[in-house]
Amino acid sequence: MGLFAELRDSVSRVTASLFADDSEPKRIGIYGPPNAGKTTLANRIARDWTGDAVGPESHIPHETRRARRKEDVEIERNGKTVNIDIVDTPGVTTKVDYSEFLDHDMEKDEAVRRSREATEGVAEAMHWLREDVDGVIYVLDSTEDPFTQVNTMLIGIIESRELPVLILANKTDLEDSNIQRVSNAFPQHETIPLSALEGENMDEVYEKIAKYFG
Amino acid sequence: MPETTSDDGPAEGVQIDLISGERMTGKTSMEKIRLILDGVRDGNIVVLESGLTPDEESKLIEVTMSEINPDGFSGIEIESFPQSEASDTSLLGRLMGKQETSKLTVIGPANQIQSLHKDETLISALISRK
Repeated sequence: MGLFAELRDSVSRVTASLFADDSEPKRIGIYGPPNAGKTTLANRIARDWTGDAVGPESHIPHETRRARRKEDVEIERNGKTVNIDIVDTPGVTTKVDYSEFLDHDMEKDEAVRRSREATEGVAEAMHWLREDVDGVIYVLDSTEDPFTQVNTMLIGIIESRELPVLILANKTDLEDSNIQRVSNAFPQHETIPLSALEGENMDEVYEKIAKYFG
Repeated sequence: MPETTSDDGPAEGVQIDLISGERMTGKTSMEKIRLILDGVRDGNIVVLESGLTPDEESKLIEVTMSEINPDGFSGIEIESFPQSEASDTSLLGRLMGKQETSKLTVIGPANQIQSLHKDETLISALISRK
């Protein structure tokens, strides 16, 4: 991007922030690889603050195949109130093979349909990231190796768009959880451990949401 | 160059395309993505000298997803070296609108790359034939 284009964008950002309505909810995208626990987290947040869930959870990869939005989630922490829309996005990957679904007791037709929906969902998630979110909660399964190219690329994309990002090391209830490995992978960002399934350390998660996105 | 043959006919191999930064210069994002995906869909391993910008990587994922089909193409494997601080864009480069990426990037068909590992100084790929 050239100097003039950067200047134009800076002026646009300042103008937008001057006239922004603070009461308008910020759209916070929940991103991460498949099966990191994004929908479990989205449901945990939505249930804690609105009483409703966002979508079904499953151990089968790509259960979430459309971005789902839960609007007007008001989170209150330390006297500060943050109003956000939670956008639960499909897990991002660079490959989808329908035969992987056959391992989950699916017929071929169902597996093919699911893989098609999954690819559309990933493309949609990338589009949301480029156009439609104001901040990102990046969820990683702390039992898995975080040093993957997809994670590196996505964090790079988020940083290049200058979006605030909170990294969550999920599934701390599991024996193989390794929070330090997640912290080491992205030392430029703060890593918060949690178990979205068990609701462990959610107080700190809400504090950080209020701090990062308030 | 004569074609290598065996008793069963032409030997199958894996083509590796090493694409220089110069060849990518001046191309639009979609032209770069098309160049990469056309090669990968033909079963080639594409090595980019200069890599892609974050925005181009995002579009590469999006276009890749739109081209996956159950009968053939199941996506890509991609690895690149972490970008070193030394390669960050200079002030002059920023003023001139240049975005320095300079990160060697390897991209291949997901169904042919059985293992792709990297550390800070090595990218290692095990490639199967079509």
